[in-house]
Amino acid sequence: MLKYVVRRLAWSIPTLCFVTFLVYVALRIGTNPVESYKRINPRASPEKIAQYIDVNGLDPNYVRGYFRWLVNFITLDWPRSIKGSREVAPALKDALANTLRLGTAASVVGITVGLLLGIFAALRPGGRRDVAVNTAAFVGISIPPYVSAILFQLFFAVYWSRWFGSTLFPTSGVYPPGQTGFNLGLMIRHMVLPTMVVAIQIIAVYARYMRSSLLDVLSSEYMRTARSKGISERRVLFKHGLRNALIPVVTIAALDVGSIVGGLIITENIFSYPGMGKYFLSAFGEGDFPLLMPWMVLIVFSVLLFNLLADVSYAWLDPRIRLE
Amino acid sequence: MPTPILEIRNLQVTFNTPVGPLVAVRGVDIDVHAGEMLAVVGESGSGKSVSFLAAMGLLPRSATVTGSVLLDGQQIVGMSPKQMRSVRGRLMSMIFQDPLSALNPVHRVGAQITEMLRAHSKMSERAANARAVELLEIVGIPQPGDRAMQYPHEFSGGMRQRVVIAMAIANSPKVLIADEPTTALDVTVQAQILEVIQRVQVQFGTAVVLITHDLGVVARVCERVNVMYAGCFVERGNVHGIFEQPTHPYTRGLLASLPQTGVERLVPIAGFPPNMLRPPSGCAFRARCDHAVEACGSAIPPLVPVGESESACIRASELMGRK
Repeated sequence: MLKYVVRRLAWSIPTLCFVTFLVYVALRIGTNPVESYKRINPRASPEKIAQYIDVNGLDPNYVRGYFRWLVNFITLDWPRSIKGSREVAPALKDALANTLRLGTAASVVGITVGLLLGIFAALRPGGRRDVAVNTAAFVGISIPPYVSAILFQLFFAVYWSRWFGSTLFPTSGVYPPGQTGFNLGLMIRHMVLPTMVVAIQIIAVYARYMRSSLLDVLSSEYMRTARSKGISERRVLFKHGLRNALIPVVTIAALDVGSIVGGLIITENIFSYPGMGKYFLSAFGEGDFPLLMPWMVLIVFSVLLFNLLADVSYAWLDPRIRLE
Repeated sequence: MPTPILEIRNLQVTFNTPVGPLVAVRGVDIDVHAGEMLAVVGESGSGKSVSFLAAMGLLPRSATVTGSVLLDGQQIVGMSPKQMRSVRGRLMSMIFQDPLSALNPVHRVGAQITEMLRAHSKMSERAANARAVELLEIVGIPQPGDRAMQYPHEFSGGMRQRVVIAMAIANSPKVLIADEPTTALDVTVQAQILEVIQRVQVQFGTAVVLITHDLGVVARVCERVNVMYAGCFVERGNVHGIFEQPTHPYTRGLLASLPQTGVERLVPIAGFPPNMLRPPSGCAFRARCDHAVEACGSAIPPLVPVGESESACIRASELMGRK
């Protein structure tokens, strides 16, 4: 197992290089980084432009340029952003921290509630609870986040302040304007609405995964064997049923959580939440190559990492799977 | 005759299906005596498995069970789920058809056996582990100590069936129901598994109900045989009597469809079993029977003594003379 993980991690290095090369080429074609620089700094001297081209690895030859960029990236000699000439690493770190906080909260709430609802529904297939959960999940999946986000903002901020004189939950940012330093209470209040928007989607999807996975397991013959032992129904369900039903769900969850690092682009933008999604959208809008490349590397890395995590958790839960 | 250990009277099982009630078992009587090996024979859908799943209380909620099932003097039909659990796995246990899917893939084999032991006695984990290894040895698994720590997928089909047997006999039950225990196995392994079941029967004094459609298996190991068709017994008696002189046309058809040396062609029974959503009146076999007469349709014929056996054919004694 350890050998497998080490080998997979070793393999992820060439994969990372290859994928980042593709991303590099795509960004150069798609955003034309040199033009973006000239547009934002119209009075830049030719020397400044040449320096910008050099430190970002924007050589007309893509391969040579890529390696120039790679060397700078690995040695942590990251060029500053075009707009505002900011340091990239701290900006990326803040965005990642904000997204991880939102993503973790939404995943924990979403997956927990989703799994519980799925179990609840599967115990009596076709029963009233099952129909209720299925309908709710269908509605939850059908409402896109940009609709639910705006509905929540309307209800909890606009109408709430009209009815009760103040908003229940703030609708944007991590802190109110002017707040400096850490404040847990304010942070949580700002996270409530975006978390709800994201969690609803996750709940709906996982309720359905869990329901169908558990139904599959409940009809299997080893459940009848377990029942034939004369053990309690609860033990049959938890010890024999859930363990098996969770195998596919956990695998999917690992992949899903990995993709959250890519940002909840729509939700973050509606709530002006300074996470990975908002970072990407504004950097992409400006064609800010120095900001975009490290973001891309981070996304590719997290996808690779969570894929590995999915495989490992699969092998850990299911003794039939051998990793070699 | 001593009182039977398992006494089933007028057992009826009906499934509520979206298209109406399906009568799977229509008034079955059966006595199982302590320590005997009894065969229940019939084709798929004849209700043989359902009858005993009902006795174990393992049918889905859509099933309605009526009648009487006395196990060692205790009435099982209508028992509370809790009482039923204390019977299941302790007084009566079951071996299933497909050992590949009957064991939980994510638990170790030893743990699946100890779970059975500890469900019914206050055994320490250690004692249960030791007993599980002993049980694996009894059913003929080599290196039982190591094997107990393995998962089901590391066992072959025959070995898994041995594990299922070890589990079923863990609490020395009075009655062991073997539901087609050899059907999913290949022929060489079948004989070994039957031998294990026979050994268990003798060693533990357990009564075994062998549910099967394989008359060859029945001839080899059983004393008494019950033939089931469309939810009723159509013939029962001593194995040798029935093999030599079957009294019911259905049994005769079953025997004729057995491969035999010296016989070139097998004779299948024409037609199909009846649709139990609309069970036929009278003798259920009459649509496929060469000897059916008008009287066969009037009522379900009861089992009556004919020669050494009992037969549910109104023309049994008349047909006995002919071949």
